[in-house]
Amino acid sequence: MSNKILVAIDGSEGGKRALNTAVEYAKLTHSSLVLSYIIDWSPYSFHTPEELAERQKRRDSEIQRANDLILNPEALALEKEGLAVETVVRHGKIAETLKEVAKEYDVSQIYIGKLGESRMRSMIFGSVTAALIQTALLPVTVVP
Amino acid sequence: MKKLFLLLGLVFLPFANVYAGIDETINNATAPIAAFIGKVVFFKVPVFGAQLPLVVLWLVVGAVFFTFYMRFINIRGFKHAIELVRGDYSDPKSHGEVSHFQALATAVSGTVGIGNIGGVAVAVTVGGAGATFWLIVAGILGMSTKFVECTLGVKYRQEFEDGHVSGGPMYYLRQGFSDRGMAGFGKFMGTFYAIGIFIGALGIGNMFQSNQAYVQLNTVAGGALDGFGWLVGLILAAVVFSVIIGGIKSIARVTEKIVPFMAIFYCIFAIIVILMNVGSLPQAIANIFTGAFTGEGVAGGALGAMIIGFQRAVFSNEAGIGSASIAHSAVKTNEPVTEGIVSVLEPFIDTIVICTITALVIGTAQVADPNFANGAKGVAMTSAAFQREFSWFPLPLAFAALLFAFSTMISWSYYGLKGWTYLFGESEKGQTTYKLIFCAFVALGCIVELGPILDISDALVFLICVPNILGLYFLAPIVKREMESYFARIESGEIKKFK
Repeated sequence: MSNKILVAIDGSEGGKRALNTAVEYAKLTHSSLVLSYIIDWSPYSFHTPEELAERQKRRDSEIQRANDLILNPEALALEKEGLAVETVVRHGKIAETLKEVAKEYDVSQIYIGKLGESRMRSMIFGSVTAALIQTALLPVTVVP
Repeated sequence: MKKLFLLLGLVFLPFANVYAGIDETINNATAPIAAFIGKVVFFKVPVFGAQLPLVVLWLVVGAVFFTFYMRFINIRGFKHAIELVRGDYSDPKSHGEVSHFQALATAVSGTVGIGNIGGVAVAVTVGGAGATFWLIVAGILGMSTKFVECTLGVKYRQEFEDGHVSGGPMYYLRQGFSDRGMAGFGKFMGTFYAIGIFIGALGIGNMFQSNQAYVQLNTVAGGALDGFGWLVGLILAAVVFSVIIGGIKSIARVTEKIVPFMAIFYCIFAIIVILMNVGSLPQAIANIFTGAFTGEGVAGGALGAMIIGFQRAVFSNEAGIGSASIAHSAVKTNEPVTEGIVSVLEPFIDTIVICTITALVIGTAQVADPNFANGAKGVAMTSAAFQREFSWFPLPLAFAALLFAFSTMISWSYYGLKGWTYLFGESEKGQTTYKLIFCAFVALGCIVELGPILDISDALVFLICVPNILGLYFLAPIVKREMESYFARIESGEIKKFK
């Protein structure tokens, strides 16, 4: 079994708390961390031709922003503390994509915050965390 | 800016009666021009008593050739097209890029327009029930043309330094011919096409749409808007203006989201209406088949029905015109062939599904009551067919027509813009000039009558299929090579499904 922990962060307070909890655990067990930022995206949405033409550009800037503003600063800080850290940015449905990343990076468990979604949103679309818990094949730790 | 237009409208309202004559004046001025352009492009040769416009022959021969040359890709590729749209072959790592579904949806939004509702009625009025049969045949053949042009669109698309992409016939004509050692000719063809799509955008993608939207509104309003086309035109132009110049993207985004649902809503109700007239259905279908080969009561007989059907099909699904290739070229893929395969679904959805359904609604109504439309033409005729079953239907239909027209106008404003920027470069000032011209034509479309509008827009759009299809012939071997290599790699398992 691998000694890797996947942490879902999104720049929110909840994500930060999940990361802190995961870091404590990683230090105790000498595990390495995979920090992931999933950008909510669906291949089945509708756009104007102009938006399509700009899409590539927008995607690149979304990925860069996630790396520059969230993933890289966290990773850098953790590496200074002596932890082994990888980062990954993906587009997709959040719960589904997290599972794909977990498989791809061969992690043994997932840490996620009770994401900062509005109550309205999770009532309509269901909560990402709940979807992940229900369908994941790995231990998932939800940090409040 | 929008407020300004509203204000203008309010100021002019009291003088409206004085200005009611404006429509007629402008109409009289444009009709002869339309007739002239129509005559040149639709140069007709008499064949066995029917008048065959050469340009229609050009398109159909092209579609037949590509169907055989690509060994029935329109039928062979169908299942694979659905797999691609479903994302079976999409690498999760490339998520966030334009998906096959998104490109298809955008291209379909651009083609599903008033033509699907009104154009079919025109075809049935002029070409009889049999025109529907040829419309479907043209749709099936058109799938092959779409395959070729959309594959090329992606293959030769241009990526700019800032990351935005431009593609379409003008780029593949220029680059493709240059690759075959005919750089000068390619340049000429690219420019020819760019001019054509720019002018065509003002017709098929603009005036025809706004005109039919106005006719619909007027019908629903019970003729209260007679003579006020200029006012409706001004308002429509203001909304288009606010989207393409004012940058109020939210309006466009909302429309893009509603249009697919409207299309589904339209189809569901159409099927319900057909089922309510199910007694007339066998006769309506029989009329389509017999009309196709006898052409009873149609000028030029069966051939006349065939010509009208082909003409309306191409006008509706735009295969051979190259417009969809512009929308599809935004997709980033290592396999341009995949985009071509996906695009075969467009004529299928647009012509084979939606147009056929409309034709059956009209056909069953005709069987039940030959004079149901009371002489109404275009969208109004379709509306009357629906109204027989649902008296309230004209209102939502008018709304749907308005949205179809609007989304087609937005898509085409972009296609035309790409022609413009190809010709005049990417400068902001130039783009704004183009957009202003586009808005002016939106208003103009509501003012002139349907006849001349159809002539102008048909003529201008068909004109650009000349360089496009000529280019497709030259570049077809490249597409065929890519297609064969692609299918061989699917077969060998080199290209794998991700799902």
